Amino acid sequence: MNFKKILPQLLTLVVVILVFGFFSYNAQVNMENRGITFGYGFLSQESSFDVQFSLIEYDGSHSYFRAYLVGLLNTILVSVIGIVFATIIGVVVGIARLSSNYLIERTAAIYVEFFRNIPLLLQIFFWYFAALRALPLPEKAEPMFGVFFLTIKGFFVPAFVWNNLDIFIYSVIAAIIAIVFVRLYAKKKQENQGIQTPVLSISIGLLIILPLLSFFLGGVGASVEIPVIEQLSKTSFTFKGGLKLPPELISLALALSLYTATFIAECVRAGVQGVSKGQKEAAASIGLTPNQVLKLVVMPQALRIIIPPTTNQYLNLTKNSSLAAAIAYPDLVLVFAGTALMQTGRAIEIVSITMLTYLTLSITISIFMNWYNKKIAIKEK
Amino acid sequence: MNKLNFLSPDKNNLYAYLYSGIGLFSLSILIVFLNSFFSLDLTSFLPGTISYFLPLIIGFMGLHLIRIEYSGIKFLDIINKNINTNQFNALLSLLIIFAVIKSLPPLLSWFIIDANFAGDSKDACSGSGACWAYIKTWFNRFMYGMYPNAEQWRINLSFIALAFLGGVGFFATEKFKKYLTLYYVVVYPIIAFLFIFFFISGGPIFFDFSYGIIAAVISIIIGFFIPSKFKMYYFLIIPITIYILLKYVFFYEELIELGKIQAFEWVETGAWGGLSLTFIVSFFCLIFCFPVGLFLSLGRRSDLPIIKYISIGFIEFWRGVPLITVLFMSSVMFPMFLPEDMFIDKLVRVIIAISLFEAAYVAEVIRGGLQALPRGQYDAAKSLGMGYWKMHIFVILPQALKLVIPGIANTFLALVKDTPLIFVVGLLEIVGMLNLAKTNPEWLGFAMEGYVFASIVFFIICYAMSKYSYNLEQKYKTER
Repeated sequence: MNFKKILPQLLTLVVVILVFGFFSYNAQVNMENRGITFGYGFLSQESSFDVQFSLIEYDGSHSYFRAYLVGLLNTILVSVIGIVFATIIGVVVGIARLSSNYLIERTAAIYVEFFRNIPLLLQIFFWYFAALRALPLPEKAEPMFGVFFLTIKGFFVPAFVWNNLDIFIYSVIAAIIAIVFVRLYAKKKQENQGIQTPVLSISIGLLIILPLLSFFLGGVGASVEIPVIEQLSKTSFTFKGGLKLPPELISLALALSLYTATFIAECVRAGVQGVSKGQKEAAASIGLTPNQVLKLVVMPQALRIIIPPTTNQYLNLTKNSSLAAAIAYPDLVLVFAGTALMQTGRAIEIVSITMLTYLTLSITISIFMNWYNKKIAIKEK
Repeated sequence: MNKLNFLSPDKNNLYAYLYSGIGLFSLSILIVFLNSFFSLDLTSFLPGTISYFLPLIIGFMGLHLIRIEYSGIKFLDIINKNINTNQFNALLSLLIIFAVIKSLPPLLSWFIIDANFAGDSKDACSGSGACWAYIKTWFNRFMYGMYPNAEQWRINLSFIALAFLGGVGFFATEKFKKYLTLYYVVVYPIIAFLFIFFFISGGPIFFDFSYGIIAAVISIIIGFFIPSKFKMYYFLIIPITIYILLKYVFFYEELIELGKIQAFEWVETGAWGGLSLTFIVSFFCLIFCFPVGLFLSLGRRSDLPIIKYISIGFIEFWRGVPLITVLFMSSVMFPMFLPEDMFIDKLVRVIIAISLFEAAYVAEVIRGGLQALPRGQYDAAKSLGMGYWKMHIFVILPQALKLVIPGIANTFLALVKDTPLIFVVGLLEIVGMLNLAKTNPEWLGFAMEGYVFASIVFFIICYAMSKYSYNLEQKYKTER
């Protein structure tokens, strides 16, 4: 009997070891033949390639490691933008799916069915090669609201020019910390004395007052810089000042958020539908107002159903942002697993670093999710 | 006659409210309709902003007037209940109706009225609408990639034959139903592989891999007659024995040389492409990822620690990385792991990579189903004296798989939608072919048509799949 348990395990182990051994032996032989030695030393070498769009200072004289950071930051940037918009669109569409209005429900349903049944890559291509290419050239662009310029070369939007930005950021952080304390205090007060504190209005007040104070006391100043058209040569125009959003970033963020929003919408719908009618009726019958029913009874239970699959979608979005490589948005895959790999030829090191980065990202989030799930799970007595 | 109060319409003067409401509502729609279809602006005598919002205001008033509860008119009640329950809903309904009316003319003119259907060069497309002649000219490329025109019947024939063989399950009589799983899991994939290898690829009748296939088929057939007690040992030993016997004892050189005749012209996989490649890749990945995922999910729930942790590690690894890096790995890193003289075809590497990737997702879905089964099912099966495999095959999996049909269908859908990513390794399925056609100097500027076409194709495939899975779910739904 025991033999039957050990044999399959032993066999699996042997097979796995054999496969790994086979691969690593071949890798060694191949690398010897090509005269490459395995190692991560190349990361500190000069990269000597340029990246179009970068959040931190970077040019060819920086190291490969910095190129990796540039790619990683760009990946995080597009993921965060995508997550924010996907959540907004997803929640709106998910609620619209539950609407009693037939037209709204149908419109939302058509949107969901349409966007989730078309491959994401196709959508990215569509926005990048077809939709955004239909925009005018910089010199012919009509301003939107006088300040936004949507052109074929990217979107030009006004930028804030800050004085003493750090003080402003500190004030926001201080406000957030203060809010956390207020919430803790309010919760304790309610548990001990049964008195409710208007947490929401206090929080909003704090969030407005503290940054405002920083303007008056901390010497923070902000002015808006509006993009102005500039002639480079006889036929070439561009905008000076303001913030430039490259078309790659826009099409990627658009496609990612529109695609992921359909899945989030379905999560939201399932979550709200998952709260049984009896709960709402019971809450109403003990005299809670409709707002209280929503806030204290429906939402906590719906969120319990909504949040886990939604985080999964965030994770998918982050992983899908690697499709950026297809339209040359300089994300981790394009900069590092593309350009850097072509230049150094270190396939094993670079692909393994790239995969490990994504793996770390997903595993961190999934560990956090498991912890969160355990925390909010219904504790059965 | 009661007093008319237009602010709160009620039942007493039903028809007065109704006629004025419908009149206003129709007027608002008429204004928008004329404006969008015939570019007639009825309200041009008004200042710009008011003229712009006038239809909305009129329509809103109209909907307000017809919002009468329990009017006794069935049609009116249905409308009120569905699109006109309160002010906010009325406003949203109006906005949606106007948006549809406004967007119809440009869409219609782009798709049909101003579009060019005839012709076979760029000059034929002079109108402002879509250039469907472009799709028509490139249709063969979008379907078959670079596959030679004269040989395309081979792809068609194989697909028709495979579709026919795949549909066998629908016509099987009760007597043969029990063999269907075996047919779909073992026999059908082998037939499909042979079809693709001989017909589409044009490979020789006999190749190195043939021994393996023959050995597998023979050993599975014999396996049916082996008592279940010895099955585990049997499957460990016999296939390898048969393989060795075949390779070194039974076949003579002359016989092999005879088999190496090629029936068809060889078409290398690099030339495959278009929608047919999408089908080939998704089909094989679908076939491979399901059994792998099934075993992984069983492994993850196994009591045997080594198997359990290897499965967990495998699943979490593949789920944690994006597909594009997996494909990168298969194209640039994997060749480093093989002996110098060993070469695995690009397409085969891609299919293995995608299968392993999707198998991890399938495994997690199946695990959900396994976890959802009550413990009693396991206990009951064990108390009947069933072993691990018997318990799973006859009691657990039939119930668990039924539960996870929607999840598996979603994974398969994701698989089909992921196939365009194979452009990373240089294989061009339909989206890749579009990008190639788009850069052709004779056909510049028709990106939109291509993407719309591909979107429609994918939408039809994926929507049909999701509807089919919904039907399956309804069919197998058992009351619990």
